[in-house]
Amino acid sequence: MNKSIFKITPCFEDIMPDEYKELVESDPFGKGLGVSQLGTYKELLEEHPLCAGCGLALSLRLILASLPNPEDTVIVGSTGCSALAFPQVALHNIHSVFGNQNAVASGLKRALKLRFPDKVKDVVVIAGDGATADIGLDMVMQSWFRCENITTIMLDNEAYANTGGQESGMSPQGTVLNMAPKGKKFPKISMPEIARESGCAYVAAISPAQPKRLEKMVRRAILTAREVGPSYVQIFSPCPTNYKFKPQEMVARIKQREKEGFFKSKEYITTEAQEYLAGLEEGKKDE
Amino acid sequence: MDRVQRPVEASQLLFESERAPAFITGSEAVMEAIKRANVDMAIAYPITPQSESMHLIGDLYAKGYLKDYYRAENEFAVMAAIHGASLGGGRVFTATSGPGTLRAMEMFPVWAGSRQPIVCAFMCRGVSLPPSIQPENIEMGMLLDTGMLMLHAENVQDFFDMLLKAYLIAEKPDVHLPVGVFVDGFFVTHTRETVMLPPDDLKLLPYDPENSPVPVFDMETPPMRITRDPLLNKSNFISYAANASWHQEVLAAAERARKHLAQYLGGLLEVENPNAKIFIAASGTAVSQGREALKDLLDAGLDVGLIKIKSIRPFPVNELQEATKNAELIVVPEFNAGGWLAKEIKATLNENNRVVAGPRVFGGMTIPKELIISEIHNALNRQNQRL
Repeated sequence: MNKSIFKITPCFEDIMPDEYKELVESDPFGKGLGVSQLGTYKELLEEHPLCAGCGLALSLRLILASLPNPEDTVIVGSTGCSALAFPQVALHNIHSVFGNQNAVASGLKRALKLRFPDKVKDVVVIAGDGATADIGLDMVMQSWFRCENITTIMLDNEAYANTGGQESGMSPQGTVLNMAPKGKKFPKISMPEIARESGCAYVAAISPAQPKRLEKMVRRAILTAREVGPSYVQIFSPCPTNYKFKPQEMVARIKQREKEGFFKSKEYITTEAQEYLAGLEEGKKDE
Repeated sequence: MDRVQRPVEASQLLFESERAPAFITGSEAVMEAIKRANVDMAIAYPITPQSESMHLIGDLYAKGYLKDYYRAENEFAVMAAIHGASLGGGRVFTATSGPGTLRAMEMFPVWAGSRQPIVCAFMCRGVSLPPSIQPENIEMGMLLDTGMLMLHAENVQDFFDMLLKAYLIAEKPDVHLPVGVFVDGFFVTHTRETVMLPPDDLKLLPYDPENSPVPVFDMETPPMRITRDPLLNKSNFISYAANASWHQEVLAAAERARKHLAQYLGGLLEVENPNAKIFIAASGTAVSQGREALKDLLDAGLDVGLIKIKSIRPFPVNELQEATKNAELIVVPEFNAGGWLAKEIKATLNENNRVVAGPRVFGGMTIPKELIISEIHNALNRQNQRL
């Protein structure tokens, strides 16, 4: 992206919205900023309409702050709570219909490769657990089988939250939710393992309770997808509204689940991705 | 690549260059059209009777005419990936048939709503149940209000020309909508015909995504609220009005396509014997069967004409009213059980008791000319009894 394209034409400053002016004045594009610098620049998410204490909202802010190349990143989303926040994200982002996100991203990435052969254009899918593990699972897995150069990030709030709190494949076994009136009958889907076995070169599971680790994993996933192969990051982002806990308890809830052994962070890296990332990370240390 | 191609103005490729005959099938005509269309990328998924054409597109890719091509996982995913590739600024192509069309259904209004100049060939066939892989075009009736432009080819020559012209019409900045080019499966896809082809060392100029009325998703324009959520999110009047006006603009864009269709197709319909009192009105291969019936009816001394409807969306409302203003009987033969074309015609014309919705043939049979002839005789007898 050429940054000059979003400068404000002189004499139009007074009619441009404040958030746009802030973006022009202190944008994060091309500056190599990250989670540690949050608060010192204009975030790519301008407010959001998600519930108080929403794990997705915090995760989204952290993901956007972690993008290695925000000025040339296009996001593909899907239907769900996160889709409500995307109109307020200052990146090109696509939401077509429910579940087709990895197919859309496959076509998009290939077209961008053709049009910009000498430039890196990162395509990152950010979708909920229903979109990723249920309705879109075939297209998610097929994009991995085909070794598409895209990153898939699942925001796992363990339910269909936007439609009123129904069971998803990622809800814990036994949970009573809408459409699971007697409790969910089968365990949480093992998506990281499915991703590992389906051709992802880099797989991670993490939560927003560990922002620096989350940042590292998102960056590794996107860098791996550029050169090595598809990557997957699963972000545990509990839903206070449907699991009925207080907004301020979100991070404590994640830590409690971790302590009980229901959630743990993971990282699976193929040898090829490991060598590639080690090269990049080594190079960064030398700078 | 067999040969180096030169991008030229559409008028040169379509109208000025000398054409040579080729004895080819409809599937081969698809390949010949896409070869000259300067397409960036195609995505395929097998289904009868479409498959052969997409094999041939794969061969084009292997020879270097296309830059990317792959076999996707199902038709919904194909249409979604085509949507993604087009959002990224590529000129794209795909094709499907019957059940594949229905599997992908959710994506077609998305293409139109996203104002994407996607060209898709539909090799129409029966849909289950009862199952049939045979020619039938009920799927067209299901796509009438998806927002895409719909052209119905009668034969292999039409199929070739309409596919190539579809890109030109789809990519006009005042249109910028998907175009479906439809044929009745097997009758056109698997039948060999002599087709006049322009030279294959010429191709269309490349697609310029900068001419699009909506931004390309490549982070080369300022970030802004451009996908569907601003039109969906809020429960208030401004959201509803934004949604409605966007929708109206899609419909208006289809209306604006009329002049381009007139330019490239020579009109949305064609009429033989314009002064006749009786008309056979049809689209697709039913036109060919109607033409056979027409010969016999004229030999028998009846005052009959033929209306070939080429554009289904937009529908030739004024042209049809004009063509039938003195007609007393309009018989509409169709290859489907629903009779969608007859319904369209009835909704278009005054005094629509002149319209006979039939004969309708489905399940794989052809329409014998005798069936059309007897439909006309039966209708005339009914009219005489009423008198």
